[in-house]
Amino acid sequence: MADTPIPLEVRNITKRFGDAEVLKGLSLKAHKGDVITLIGASGSGKSTFLRCMNLLEQPDEGEVIVHGEEIRFRMTKHGREPADWKQVVRMRARLSMVFQSFNLWAHMTLLENVIEAPVHVLGKPKKEAIAHARQLLERVGLDKHADYYPAQMSGGQQQRGAIARALAMDPEVMLFDEPTSALDPELVGDVLKVMRDLAQEGRTMIVVTHEMAFARDVSTQVIYLHQGRVEEAGPPQEVLDNPRSERLKQFLAPKH
Amino acid sequence: MEALMTWLEAQLADNSIFTLQTLGYYGEGLVTTVQLVFLSLVIGLVLAVPLAIGRGSKHRWISLPIFLYCYVFRGTPLLVQLYLIYYGVVFVEGIQETWLWVILEKPFVPALIAFTLNTAAYTTEIFRGAIKSTARGEIEAARAYGMSRGLMLRRIVLPSAFRRALPAYGNEVIFMLHASAIASVVTIMDLTGAARFVYARYYAPFDAFLFVAAIYLCLTFAILYLFRYLERRLLAHLKPASG
Amino acid sequence: MIDLHGYGPRLAEGALITIELAVLSLILAIVLGLLTASAKMSRSWLAHRIGTLYTTVIRGVPDLVLMMLLFFGGQIGINMVTDQLYERFGWDVFINVNEFVAGVVTIGLIFGAYMGETFRGAFLAVDSGQIEAGRAYGMNHWLVFRRIRFPQMMRHAIPGLSNNWMVLLKTTALVSVIGLTDMVRVAAEASKATREPFTFMIIVAAVYLLIATVSEWGFARLQKRYNVGYREAD
Repeated sequence: MADTPIPLEVRNITKRFGDAEVLKGLSLKAHKGDVITLIGASGSGKSTFLRCMNLLEQPDEGEVIVHGEEIRFRMTKHGREPADWKQVVRMRARLSMVFQSFNLWAHMTLLENVIEAPVHVLGKPKKEAIAHARQLLERVGLDKHADYYPAQMSGGQQQRGAIARALAMDPEVMLFDEPTSALDPELVGDVLKVMRDLAQEGRTMIVVTHEMAFARDVSTQVIYLHQGRVEEAGPPQEVLDNPRSERLKQFLAPKH
Repeated sequence: MEALMTWLEAQLADNSIFTLQTLGYYGEGLVTTVQLVFLSLVIGLVLAVPLAIGRGSKHRWISLPIFLYCYVFRGTPLLVQLYLIYYGVVFVEGIQETWLWVILEKPFVPALIAFTLNTAAYTTEIFRGAIKSTARGEIEAARAYGMSRGLMLRRIVLPSAFRRALPAYGNEVIFMLHASAIASVVTIMDLTGAARFVYARYYAPFDAFLFVAAIYLCLTFAILYLFRYLERRLLAHLKPASG
Repeated sequence: MIDLHGYGPRLAEGALITIELAVLSLILAIVLGLLTASAKMSRSWLAHRIGTLYTTVIRGVPDLVLMMLLFFGGQIGINMVTDQLYERFGWDVFINVNEFVAGVVTIGLIFGAYMGETFRGAFLAVDSGQIEAGRAYGMNHWLVFRRIRFPQMMRHAIPGLSNNWMVLLKTTALVSVIGLTDMVRVAAEASKATREPFTFMIIVAAVYLLIATVSEWGFARLQKRYNVGYREAD
């Protein structure tokens, strides 16, 4: 069967904020080429779950396995923490994240943003990184904006730029944390188009989103979270078109 | 009272440096420091209000001199200002014959003048900033209700500006306290002057200066707490409603 | 022409000493400031306490008193240390605490505390989202600091840095009190000797204003450079 390890697997992820248990034993397996969409109401824990996968949040319980390598944890007085941050850093270089608020580095141009991690984290030669970056920017339609600063670009442009930045790392898995939620409606379409193209070319993606059309058209799996638990999971045709749980039906019902 | 003094003397008897007499020097120094700081702050404050208002005047013949005054007194060291005034009053032709000499003879008065001019300049800038940052809405409302400029200034802008200037003015008060140590340079027997005297007498720099440092520390904290209290009481209306 | 009674060259030398003093103190202050800021933001309880103690003492005691403590007390203190070294190891060392060094150390210590606050505020003002992005892309702690945190922090720190420098500049005048022949001391001596205080003090004041104006211009340029890519604050 598969010699190559699964790109990303998390098991039994539990997370507490003080007394409140926000994530209750969630598990997920992302095979190569999977596009997994996480949906749910605000506060359902979907963003927190995503952020546990690249350890921007520390899960109190559960395992995180990237490319077959399991993250080692240890207990400190502040709670559970990764035992070896070098391991985390290495693992993060295999994943890429696209944030809701873009988080492009404001003091660098778009081009500099895209080459920053490949050059300083992966050790790619600058010339090579720049060439690759220009290709990616062209792909997302921002080749003319290479020398612009983030503040000089619209939200949609910044987000597409952020996606180019994510692609520059040639990640095994791309994580998207509500990528279009902070955008004006007119700009959402451009970003979604880029994401669709990525899905179609076989990228492994885990996406937290409210865009149901995207979820239906492109995902291989949809997971509906409610209060930190998986209510329903399965192929989009099942989950979105034939929801079983009452809550999911209400969640999907058109709101005006 | 007598009994207290004798008791105190007995306690300090085997102390070589901190005798009752030495503490007396520090006590006098404390009084002088407080006088110097308090007077210069009060007079400076009184001067700063019209100056701050004038600073924003449309007439350049008012605003420019005030601007220059503030620029010079905030841009040069206090020590230089002190020397200028202290030596200046001594060497002005014929001043020793006039009636002014009676008060100018003691170093305290030139020092007071220098400190007052200095704090007035800083305070003017503080008030200027506070006046400028009055919420536009409040001014518009005042105008809409037909208030004259003078009335608006008196009833709306200034009271609000004073309160908003409180944090910055608290800093200025502490700064003046610390700056007053410079008075010892022109032989005034303030706290630092007392410390220098004790050092020179007993050749004990640590005792002399650490002790006075502790006194200044206490005074600083006292002022800090005073202003925190004032801010709590007077600025409460600016904090967002809790809950 | 203004008659300087021959004090011209000495004044110029004094001005040079003032500038040297100020610049060296600034460097020391920046180093101490960065250390203090990291101490106060560190998770270590001890580092936090030391940092707070340091800033509290500095902000509670007059600059002049600290300077005297360090200068007069410093020589005795160093002597005690060198005595111990002689007794224990037989090292016959004499370190002379001169006025210039005492001045740099004192002013550096004082403004290290203020810079600490400036840097701390500047670090806190950095957009945490961009820090997260750095971490998410596999940057280790040092890389995040060097490539993202520090450049962005500087942008926020420059106004505070500039203010601290302006105050530092004026504080250098105090070193004349412990005997350093900076331009204030020369001017004071000249004033007494020639009975023309206005002449010399006004010159000194003018030099200070000149340095301040040049500094302001310099900091404005620095601010522009670090603000590249940001919209103008409205």
